[in-house]
Amino acid sequence: MTTERGLRVHCEEVVELITDYLEGRLDEETRLDVEAHLELCDPCVVYIEQMRDTIATLGHVPLETLSDDAKATLLDAFRSRTV
Amino acid sequence: MDEERIGVANITVPAPRDMSPAEVELLDRLRAGDEPAFADIVDRWSRSMLSVARGHVSTDASAQEVVQDTWLAVIRGLDGFQGRSSLKTWVFRILVNTAKTRGVREDRTVPMSSLSIEIDDDGPTVDPSRFRGPDDQYPGGWAPHGVPQRWDTDPERAAQNHEVRTLVSAILDELPERQRSVVVLRDVEGCDSDEVCTVLALSAANQRVLLHRGRARVRAALEDYYHRTDA
Repeated sequence: MTTERGLRVHCEEVVELITDYLEGRLDEETRLDVEAHLELCDPCVVYIEQMRDTIATLGHVPLETLSDDAKATLLDAFRSRTV
Repeated sequence: MDEERIGVANITVPAPRDMSPAEVELLDRLRAGDEPAFADIVDRWSRSMLSVARGHVSTDASAQEVVQDTWLAVIRGLDGFQGRSSLKTWVFRILVNTAKTRGVREDRTVPMSSLSIEIDDDGPTVDPSRFRGPDDQYPGGWAPHGVPQRWDTDPERAAQNHEVRTLVSAILDELPERQRSVVVLRDVEGCDSDEVCTVLALSAANQRVLLHRGRARVRAALEDYYHRTDA
């Protein structure tokens, strides 16, 4: 039963449904199809783990920030606002 | 019931739907001139602000100026801010408007640049050649050579790696502007989807498409990198 359900969606479709799946925005039927598919398909599980790792990497990557000079200028401006 | 009285004029306005108690407190502190509170949000939000701005303008220096101008506008606007959105949403909306205005101005001096903006709104996000063809026994399944390999890495630690950091910056630079903004706001800044839709004036469905496509491109770049470093 589960096997049959898991074969209703192909890997090629699953990779395009992953964001909606992670966002909890799939309709009930499709969500059950995707979950049944993930029970059967290790490569798709790896793919979804890679997506999660990608999100976590983005969340921790130290991108460039404002220069110290710019921050100092802003703090001055903030200070003079209340004077 | 959902109303509160604010300000010296005792004007009754709808209670801000999106301001959490922590944000109301933060706003009070900023209005009272609390410098550490201001320095803290500048530190926390400026990275994402720079990245979103960079998607609209042509140089890093311009992006720095856009973010500075945004904070100056925030300082000027603090007293008038009505709390109809969260503070963060308000700040990022000012940022996007400032960056757009600046971008439009720069386009005039950099002819053709608008033509190079890549449109990437549909089509598969994973190379179709990695899947089995329609005549295969398992059409649409991963082909043997296309199967994704596990990354043996801790994303938090990986993000501190200089090469990964450079790679992520570079791939964000390559994303079409709206994909970049959505990915940065959601995944770098940690905004929820409602905030992103408000900041960028997107429908929820559109936001998800852009997020999906942007994340998939970053994933593909990381996959390439881990493959190369494994080999």
